[in-house]
Amino acid sequence: MNEPSAVSHHPSGKTPWHYCLEVRDLAAGYGEKPAIDGITFAIRPGQMVGVIGPNGAGKTTLFKAILGLIPILRGQILLHDADAHTQQAMMGYLPQLDDIQRTFPVSVTDVVMMGRYPRIGWSRWPRNEDRTSVRQALDRVDLLDHRDTQVGRLSGGQLQRALLARVLAQDPHLLLLDEPVSGVDPATQHSIFGVLEELRNDGKTVVVATHDLNCVAERFDQVLCLSTSLVAYGPPAEVFREDILEATYGSHLMIVKVGDRRVVVADEHRTRPKG
Amino acid sequence: MIDVLTEPLQYGFMQRALLGGILVGTICAIIGTYVVLRGLAFIGDALAHAAFPGVVIAYMLKANIYLGAAIFTVATALGIGFVSRRARTSYDTTIGILFAGAFALGILLMSTIQGYTADLFSFLFGNILGVSTADLVVAGVLASLVLAAVALCYKELLLLSFDPTVAEAMGYPVQGLNYLLLSLVALTVVISIQAVGIVLVVALLVTPSATAYLLTERFLRMMALGVLVSILAIFLGLYMSFYLNVASGAAIVLVSTCLFFATLGFRRLAGRPTPPL
Repeated sequence: MNEPSAVSHHPSGKTPWHYCLEVRDLAAGYGEKPAIDGITFAIRPGQMVGVIGPNGAGKTTLFKAILGLIPILRGQILLHDADAHTQQAMMGYLPQLDDIQRTFPVSVTDVVMMGRYPRIGWSRWPRNEDRTSVRQALDRVDLLDHRDTQVGRLSGGQLQRALLARVLAQDPHLLLLDEPVSGVDPATQHSIFGVLEELRNDGKTVVVATHDLNCVAERFDQVLCLSTSLVAYGPPAEVFREDILEATYGSHLMIVKVGDRRVVVADEHRTRPKG
Repeated sequence: MIDVLTEPLQYGFMQRALLGGILVGTICAIIGTYVVLRGLAFIGDALAHAAFPGVVIAYMLKANIYLGAAIFTVATALGIGFVSRRARTSYDTTIGILFAGAFALGILLMSTIQGYTADLFSFLFGNILGVSTADLVVAGVLASLVLAAVALCYKELLLLSFDPTVAEAMGYPVQGLNYLLLSLVALTVVISIQAVGIVLVVALLVTPSATAYLLTERFLRMMALGVLVSILAIFLGLYMSFYLNVASGAAIVLVSTCLFFATLGFRRLAGRPTPPL
């Protein structure tokens, strides 16, 4: 495995965290048959990891298991060497767009402020520093002009950026983003990945479920191939091999030979309903 | 002209009714905002019906009616999740089973009472003109409890309503907050039974808040406008009841229904855009 690109330090300043997120032999899901099984990997701080796999491979299930939203049947999830589920505020989650109630009477600012709630604490109201942090997050995703807009009046790309701003305002160590660029325009895709790279450079650990294999190959440090169980985990240069991709996607993947070039086409875009 | 407004106020029962109306209208619209946005109307209606056996038992034991109603509604609110998990039935089905069963128990108990039961009918259909000072005190205490809970958990209840998944991911006790909200709906129902009656409580829970939803796209404003609409409906309904000698609970509910449709019509005429999606 590569040397870590950044090592973040424990608040005491002494022990460096070797891993930001460590998943050991994880099985999770409802009922008796786990939706994901036999998942083991570890992510160093300051890395950007792409999670790929066909629909139903368990990408969302993996995120929800890490966040403590679904029952863990076996295994361990550690955040900075301690049980992840005792420090949930350190994890920021961007759910899929379909989960958002667009008719809800809240403005973009209201939604981004929700990211501050764990820091504000129970029975307290937002302080100036929270409002500043919300403004900065909105500025970072270029939504300051829409800060008073009701969330349902945003385009898909704007809503996605607003939800990303909520995660930024939360200021977590680990970000879990479920298909942040699916169904949004190319300009938004570009700006979202730009923000994610900035976060990575700030030492945050960014984990993104995506269907955009090209982007993963170009911009990500590690790839996690998921198909109910873990198929492969490593840098794109090592993981993007025909046999691994075939094992991940099975019949969902087409490899087209054009002259001496090989083009890989995942058919997710046809099967996924647009949000 | 002004006499029309002031004349009823010389009667103690009208003063108490108006005071009770402000109390009930405020609480109903505040909790109603959550009820409308989270689609809890059926639960609200069910909790009101579940109060009936509590009312009848308290009547038979000559105990406090509010206390009896509160025990039964809160127990039902907390029981829905429990029964639903045990029996693996949907929330809808569980609510149907519980509220019909509880209401039937109330009717059965009422039928065993020898003699005068007209008082109990006033709990079914409401009689805000019969509110006593003691009723006002109890309702005031319960209303303060509900208001305090909403004020203390305002952020958390907002997040829970808008995005329960992210609330849970942030580590909030989502299950506990859900029970808290259901308990608040239960207490609101208890406070409102005297005013509009078990059968019509759901109208005060949803109609004013739904009217406010047509007028704003902000959560807090929706609450505030809901309170205004609700109090307006209660005042108009009360005066109608006073002058036309019609049932007060029904009058209040009908006025708020009219306000809802008038607002809807006004929006269309004014060409205001409909709420997004």
